Amino acid sequence: MTWVVATEAEHAVEAGVTGGFWVDTAGIMLVLPLVAFLLILAVGKRMRYHGAEIAIGALAINSLWGTVLFVMNMTEGVLAQKTFEIARIGSDLVFELGWVVDGLSIMMYFLVNVVGLIVFIYAVGYMKDDIRVDWFFAAFSLFAGSMLILVGAPNLIQLIIGWEGVGLASYFLIGFYWEDMANVNAGNKAFMVNKVADVGLILGAIILGLAIGTFDFFEMSTAAFDHSEPLGAVAVVGGALLFFGAMGKSAQFPLHIWLPDAMAGPTPVSALMHAATMVTAGVYLMGRVFPLFEYLASDIRPWLVAIGAITLFAIGLLALVADDIKKVLAYSTVSQLGYMMTAVAAGGYTAGLFHLFTHAFFKALLFLGAGSVIHAVHSNNMSDMGGLRKAMPRTYWTFVVGSLSLAGILPLAGFWSKDEILVALGHEGYVAVMWIAIAGAFVTAFYMTRAVALTFHGEYKGHGHPHESPAIMTVPLVALAIPSILFGLFNVPGWEIPGIGNFSEWLAVRVVPMGDEHAEAIDLVLAGSGLFAALLGIALGWMVWGKDRATQAERDRFEIPALYPLLRNKYYVDDLADGITAGTMGPVARFVNWVNDYVIDSIVNGAAFLTKSLGSFVYGVVDQRGVDGVVHGLGAGADGAGSALRKLQTGRIQQYAAGFVGGALALIVLFVFVI
Amino acid sequence: MLLNQFLILAAAMFSLGIYGLLVRRNIVLILLSVELMLAAVNINLIAFEAVLRTSDAIGQVFAVFVITVAAAEVGIGLAIVLMIFRNRKSANVDELDLMRW
Repeated sequence: MTWVVATEAEHAVEAGVTGGFWVDTAGIMLVLPLVAFLLILAVGKRMRYHGAEIAIGALAINSLWGTVLFVMNMTEGVLAQKTFEIARIGSDLVFELGWVVDGLSIMMYFLVNVVGLIVFIYAVGYMKDDIRVDWFFAAFSLFAGSMLILVGAPNLIQLIIGWEGVGLASYFLIGFYWEDMANVNAGNKAFMVNKVADVGLILGAIILGLAIGTFDFFEMSTAAFDHSEPLGAVAVVGGALLFFGAMGKSAQFPLHIWLPDAMAGPTPVSALMHAATMVTAGVYLMGRVFPLFEYLASDIRPWLVAIGAITLFAIGLLALVADDIKKVLAYSTVSQLGYMMTAVAAGGYTAGLFHLFTHAFFKALLFLGAGSVIHAVHSNNMSDMGGLRKAMPRTYWTFVVGSLSLAGILPLAGFWSKDEILVALGHEGYVAVMWIAIAGAFVTAFYMTRAVALTFHGEYKGHGHPHESPAIMTVPLVALAIPSILFGLFNVPGWEIPGIGNFSEWLAVRVVPMGDEHAEAIDLVLAGSGLFAALLGIALGWMVWGKDRATQAERDRFEIPALYPLLRNKYYVDDLADGITAGTMGPVARFVNWVNDYVIDSIVNGAAFLTKSLGSFVYGVVDQRGVDGVVHGLGAGADGAGSALRKLQTGRIQQYAAGFVGGALALIVLFVFVI
Repeated sequence: MLLNQFLILAAAMFSLGIYGLLVRRNIVLILLSVELMLAAVNINLIAFEAVLRTSDAIGQVFAVFVITVAAAEVGIGLAIVLMIFRNRKSANVDELDLMRW
């Protein structure tokens, strides 16, 4: 067990707290949800709420830790790392588990635990009469626990463990209603697309780890900061591979295809997956290895920014044509992840991660609101909704707050984080991308207006009478709406909440400086452009969908002839993926099959024949004649000897006595006369 | 010192004991022969003790031990003989070949 107090490192950003109770015991957060997972599996079925008590209890304790650390980091800065050596490979490669407590991981601890707790509480109401509730909460705990292991990872190995755990739990949860084959396929798709990306992550980890002889993030960051030679040699390749891994989890174009399908799971799963766990993992990874890109691999940044820019704009457009409200939100998530990736890749460390932070709250809010609506109308499709504003006022108002925040309307949280991204892009010289991002803000506002209008305004088109959800579902909505409004204030340019500094300072508590600049003052032109784009999107969206003509044809009135089929078919990326898989895998599969039939089978058959001949020989000759002969011979010998010798035992005492006396006499003669 | 005489006596008694042990057919007499041999050994022990005068009288101690053991042995032996006689109405060792294969 070792303590790395990172403040002792040469370039570490100053931190007031490097130990103490909360830091020393932070590892509890990584373990508790996994304990809850096992406990729920064991006793969940017999409990009143099917194990939800355990899951919520674990996350409530975790939230305490997350919040205390968050506040400590606000006021003093917390920086430390604790590791336990598990195995040693060779002389210097060490496999360690542990937890790291610094600005970035504390933000994630806070986010995962608090948002997770709110979503868990909501899920009690949402899953009330559902099937397999105990399994749901068990897998949910595993999901949150894996994410915590991921964000607490002091090295790439533990990060990969958490990464795969998140993938596994998401597979369980996406395919939760496995009675329907489509859901199973969605789970498979998510798992496989992620696996493709994971290859990049694992290769990248190996390349970087072997280059500097450690998988430790602190040492890797320091090496990058010092422009270490061996790390520099592989930084571009390793960084690109890590980014490829991040593209899978964070659904960057063209690996985003799994995310919309992942809506097959229960809505709370989507909320957690899109807010705090799973999709943020990729952005978090980029933040964690940020020094690598900042100091060594800056050459590949334009490529990464391009991928992020494509994602944020092109995938955002897809949300305009989706009918399933969860898919609208899913495409929106992909688009927002594009923002984060673009910002982090461009060098806007604070900007990307601040957007991750605010986005987690309002996206969880939107998903939970959508879940509340789905719960009421028993359909995912907006063509079955409409006019729910009066029936579900609390859901409506919180959903509107989430939408406005997502669209980036002053002064909600989304405005400040999106503005920070625009500033960062402009500052780093990606002016064209900055304008794409502004256009993306327009698209965002456009599709969110559509979603709000089609769901809550106009005529109700579904069946039955929708009612407002119970308090256990609406209270979490309000609990998420508050941070969606207020948390933007954490990072207002040129102003800070007195006494606690701002978000970029909290995030900057790292072992090396991030080389990232927080805007000193509001860039009025940029902020105005972003806000204008958002307002334009809302206005235009309201004009197109606001009055809601109630029929499918009219609702799709925003139908640009050339664009519409392309969007409905999701740019054919899904088909392309299938085609690539089928096209390349077909011949490969046939060849492998041929090899299997002729080469491997003959080897196997030959080996089997040889084994069989050898077996016959061993049995017939060695065993039956050799071994058995010896055994039987020994038995017969003992039998014969016994028959001969037993005649000596006559039972006559005086014969024995005579023998005894004779023997004694013989010994006397021997001792007296011979020796 | 009269040692040889005692040794000759003891040897004679021991030989008589062996003779009786091997020749007699009655179990009681065989036991008596064994006692004769033990008595011969005792004579030897006392005789040597008288000559050597060891500081802690080992010879005499051993003789007492032998007498004790002999008494116990005879007790058990006669009990066995009694049981055999009751069961088989005979004390003849030629008829006692139960302990054979």
